Amino acid sequence: MYAYDEIDRTLVNERVSEFRDQVKRRLSGELTEDEFKILRLQNGVYLQLHAYMFRVAIPYGTLSSEQLRRLAHIARRYDRGYGHFTTRQNIQFNWIKLAELPDALADLAEVGIHAMQTSGNNMRNVTSDQWAGVAPGEIEDPRIWSELLRQHTTLHPEFSFLPRKFKIAITASDHDRAAIKIHDIGLRLVKNEKGETGFEVLVGGGLGRTPFIAKTIKHFVHGRDILSYVEAILRVYNQYGRRDNIYKARIKILVHELGIEKFSREVEEEWQHIRNSSLQIDDGVIEDIRSRFSYPAYEKLPHMPDELRQAAADSDFEAWRKNSVFPHKVQGYSIVTISLKPTGGPPGDATAEQMDALADLAEKYSFGEIRVGHEQNLALPHVAKRDLPALWKALDKLGLATPNVNLITDIIACPGLDYCSLANARSIPIAQELTRRFANHELANLIGRLHINISGCINACGHHHVGHIGILGVEKNGEEVYQITIGGRADENAALGSLIGPGVKFDEVADVIEDVVEAYLALRERPEELFIDTVKRLGVEPFKERVYATR
Amino acid sequence: MTSPLEQKKIKIAGPSIVTANRTWDGIVVYRTAAKGWSADLSEAAIVRNSDEAKALLAESTADDVGAVGAYIAPVQVGEDGKILPGNLREQIRRTGVTIGSQAQV
Ligand code: HEM
Ligand code: SF4
Repeated sequence: MYAYDEIDRTLVNERVSEFRDQVKRRLSGELTEDEFKILRLQNGVYLQLHAYMFRVAIPYGTLSSEQLRRLAHIARRYDRGYGHFTTRQNIQFNWIKLAELPDALADLAEVGIHAMQTSGNNMRNVTSDQWAGVAPGEIEDPRIWSELLRQHTTLHPEFSFLPRKFKIAITASDHDRAAIKIHDIGLRLVKNEKGETGFEVLVGGGLGRTPFIAKTIKHFVHGRDILSYVEAILRVYNQYGRRDNIYKARIKILVHELGIEKFSREVEEEWQHIRNSSLQIDDGVIEDIRSRFSYPAYEKLPHMPDELRQAAADSDFEAWRKNSVFPHKVQGYSIVTISLKPTGGPPGDATAEQMDALADLAEKYSFGEIRVGHEQNLALPHVAKRDLPALWKALDKLGLATPNVNLITDIIACPGLDYCSLANARSIPIAQELTRRFANHELANLIGRLHINISGCINACGHHHVGHIGILGVEKNGEEVYQITIGGRADENAALGSLIGPGVKFDEVADVIEDVVEAYLALRERPEELFIDTVKRLGVEPFKERVYATR
Repeated sequence: MTSPLEQKKIKIAGPSIVTANRTWDGIVVYRTAAKGWSADLSEAAIVRNSDEAKALLAESTADDVGAVGAYIAPVQVGEDGKILPGNLREQIRRTGVTIGSQAQV
């Protein structure tokens, strides 16, 4: 966990009173919507189809039990009893009243939660690996650096009025769980030959209308130089970025138009000016942040406790353990992923009751800590292996033990036309239908790792471009039509998917996906060959042939 | 359902209404003939040509304290005068999400 200091607490509280005043002036008519819009967006408040939507930041995906309980309270007191975890380590409430928002913000501020940097053309919530600090083989806890960037960028005037929103993600593991290659800046912690900590820096990733995979512009930037280097990137962006055209304003377009070589040269030149300035971080700063992250007092525990050995006889438990429990850096402990993808449910939603109960379970079994990942699932980061059977029973009762993590029903989906005012088509009902079609866990396991990502419009909040199977909702003559791509991925080998054929209607999507999966099962060389690898080996054609032959 | 939020030219093809979200709580509302807002679609003022639509929208937008994000949306008017949403987006705004019980009104 991270403990905020006095500066942060004051900042968050000032924000609440400022916003209270702004809302009051809005409701009295002193502020017009045009004047108010930018202010509400700075506090995470959007206007959606049915109501205002409130987006709350969960910095680098780390929550305490107390904070999760407070989110449950917000859901219950100000909303309709549930919240939606997003792909960028935020939670959204869909039915909040403007008049009550200042109270909701005040309630959150009491536990150190806020909504800054969750919307608007600024530096957004810096995201990280949900297994940060506990993943085996990690170089170091990437949240230390996320926090450094958060402190530096929050309310920084140069980053508050960018040409467009700006997203940074950081990972410290070989396997990238933070999707850094689809961020404006992706940072990978690495060590150089001297054993010093630094970053490989990637820029220009992003989805939306014009998707790009980020490219490496520098293989090693020393940790102490990371702020000046990021600032140099932002200055080049601020200078050249297209403020005239919203569709061309993201840094990915600039990197593409200038070319990666010219872009890196510009950054390098800018960097030389500011590198030895006050932006250079001295070790004390990092140590100070490091000391504010507390880690549990782990016990010395056996690798294979009796409780676990005994529970192995229960096939339901085993199915869940094999699916949702992952290795921890400390012997005797595990990381447990909690699927928010129950059969027939909206991906990423949790009820207030589930949040409360999970907060209790985290206290009992995970040192009071919960994590949020970009796949719209939660995790308990420090569970003693001996507690796994008891935890599983409790999760199962709450409907939170669906053993489908990383399987075909672990779907990422944006809110789509059920909530979103920008949507062309619905996403959630498509996801719900697919989870029903593939509800049989044996079937899902037979298929193996397969990520389906769904967006309700080209903005790509549901990451459809990088789904192993991507589904994009568009509109054609007033009807919802879905374009299907295959072969995308969001990890260290990130790639954009390719279209398999003409769009299909709402009612046909699940059938088409079944056909794609059947084609894969027939085409794969052996059971271990994952869907994504079969697509890579064979290309799109054989899938296209099978799926469209009879249509 | 191309988002109507960026309506540039106002051209309507059939009976239409003006809809928005109420400022203080965000709920879906419709502009009435009495120059107010109602949560009930049956009370919406119907316009049938572009000039009427323009006028209704201008008058609605001016009431920025009452509701925000006003735009013109199509409706169907039955023989009995019953007003129904003209597309899926407006259908969802009127009757709620289509994803099952959890989020129902
Ligand atoms: C419901 C209100 C939402 C609105 C109005 C909205 C709006 C947008 C827009 C306009 C873009 C395109 C940005 C661009 O290309 O410059 C975008 C992209 C994105 N949004 Fe959302 N979004 C919403 C909800 C969400 C949700 C629920 C999530 C997470 C599940 C999310 C995460 C993202 C991500 C990850 C991207 C794509 C990555 C990127 O290129 O930045 N958004 N959103
Ligand atoms: S992808 Fe489109 S429909 Fe989905 S949440 Fe983003 S803006 Fe809305």
